[in-house]
Amino acid sequence: MRIASHCRITPNRCLANGQPVPVQRSERPYLTDLYHSLSMGYPKFFKMDNLCKAGVLAAELVLRGSSVDGLTPRHDVAVVGLNSSSSLDADLQHLQHLHPDSYFPSPAVFVYTLANIVTGEIAIRHKILGESSFYVIPEFSAHQMAKVIATTLSDANINCLLCGWIEVLGQELDVLMMLIDRLNGPAPTAQNINSLYNER
Amino acid sequence: MLKRLGDSIISKLGIGSRKNYMAVRNGQSGVEHCPSGTLGVPEPFMASLIDRELLNDHFMPIGGNRVHFYTPFEKLAILAVHQALQQANIDAAAPQVQFILSTTKGNIGLLEQPEHPYGPQRVHLWQSARLLAQFFGNSNEPLVVSNACISGLCAQIQADRLLALGQHSVAVVVGAEVLSKFIISGFQSFKALSPTRCRPFDAARDGLNLGEGAACIVYQRREADCPMAPGEMRLSGGAIRNDANHISGPSRTGEGLYNAITAVRGGHSEPPAFISAHGTATPYNDEMEAIALSRAGLLSAPTFSLKPHFGHTLGAAGVLETVISMHALADGVALGSWGAEHLGVSHKVNITPEMRPAQGATFLKLMSGFGGSNAAIAVSTSPNTTNTSQPCE
Repeated sequence: MRIASHCRITPNRCLANGQPVPVQRSERPYLTDLYHSLSMGYPKFFKMDNLCKAGVLAAELVLRGSSVDGLTPRHDVAVVGLNSSSSLDADLQHLQHLHPDSYFPSPAVFVYTLANIVTGEIAIRHKILGESSFYVIPEFSAHQMAKVIATTLSDANINCLLCGWIEVLGQELDVLMMLIDRLNGPAPTAQNINSLYNER
Repeated sequence: MLKRLGDSIISKLGIGSRKNYMAVRNGQSGVEHCPSGTLGVPEPFMASLIDRELLNDHFMPIGGNRVHFYTPFEKLAILAVHQALQQANIDAAAPQVQFILSTTKGNIGLLEQPEHPYGPQRVHLWQSARLLAQFFGNSNEPLVVSNACISGLCAQIQADRLLALGQHSVAVVVGAEVLSKFIISGFQSFKALSPTRCRPFDAARDGLNLGEGAACIVYQRREADCPMAPGEMRLSGGAIRNDANHISGPSRTGEGLYNAITAVRGGHSEPPAFISAHGTATPYNDEMEAIALSRAGLLSAPTFSLKPHFGHTLGAAGVLETVISMHALADGVALGSWGAEHLGVSHKVNITPEMRPAQGATFLKLMSGFGGSNAAIAVSTSPNTTNTSQPCE
């Protein structure tokens, strides 16, 4: 088992496999600028909430050049997300529609009030038909991520796993996405995951 | 593989899994008309709600003066765990015990009450999970599974996989959900709610009902080759699969659910005793499920949905409906599916309003949800209750 590729996104900065991703900055939010710099041509991106945007961009970066090409349906790939505040960022948006004086709940907002939607968005973009799961823990924990990786790969049908810490709340943006496969290489141990998380 | 040590259900229909199971057998439903203004929702709706005063009355004997410290959501989860532990006869504080909480929204209703006394951290799901584990003296970091409507099955599957790693031998899996304006308004905006009691798989079905509830299963690790004791109930397999199709609409081909079912069944051709369907009673979900069952060659298996009795209890549903189904398997019956008078899906699902005898030692529990997620688990019991082989310890 190895970490085949990884990506780190924090406010105003993105590293893919440890190398800075050049982003042409503008007045727009950082994630929008990052999207444009990746030339994804995926207009659905603009409908997404920030949690999904962050997860989809990180998945895009780790899957570039991999065998998960977005064209071939992949039954052997899983997507697993973890974070601390679940979908609270989108929850607060939905809440704004519930004021008694202006009560207009919107399905386009409500649908994002589930943390696992980000795994669904990644699955759609890359035709991933294996497992999708989401876990909530108090704070980033390389130890918990290593455990989740081990448990997900105990499904013998899964050869490849996208595992991401995707924390988005207000201005807070903290993403570590990894592509794990069953080949030999740097193992997804807590120690290795920690050093990727602390990369700068 | 996991062995059930104890279980519980708390719902509008009562406290205790046996009580809830018998209520289902007797055709009772917790789903009621809730007039405009209920939970602050401007429009009326149908739902199965748990009386907060009654919840406090039941919580007092175990939580005493902490009744005002915990939120209704937390009290519900604590009560469910307390009940299941009484059967399980284990020390929940022991280091080999891992708590797993399944919920979609936890304390989210607190956002609507800026003056609430619980503190800003309390909307976090992990915070409720910590308080829950701490209530029982357990200091392992609990895990929260939040995978939309399939969470309760994912929590059981993850319990199985975590215990297989060897660090823990017992998992306390609890699913809980309370309703709020936040959740109900969202489902209303999707036009997903039925104005009447929901009718899964029926031609006249027109949407789902929501429900509150909590359920707990205490599981212990078992080796697959270890013979089953009489009446033992085992989680024998599970799989989670995505549709990769749409974030809020079921797949037209039932892809993810079909893949989850085939992953769980492996090469087994023997039909299950019954299928405990997701059966939300939305037009698209039930149709998708029928397609998946047809593709999997399972149309002949007796099938039912429990949603007309409890409503859709979201993050609690996977655990709650598994517990009811375990009791049905033990009794050798496939439960009736209220409202399924005239089949309204394109494949001939074997579903009737009446309860029927069921042959077989295994049932399948299915769920699907937002995010394109699907899960299936298989639960087995001893095929021969006179089995005299020594159970392993």
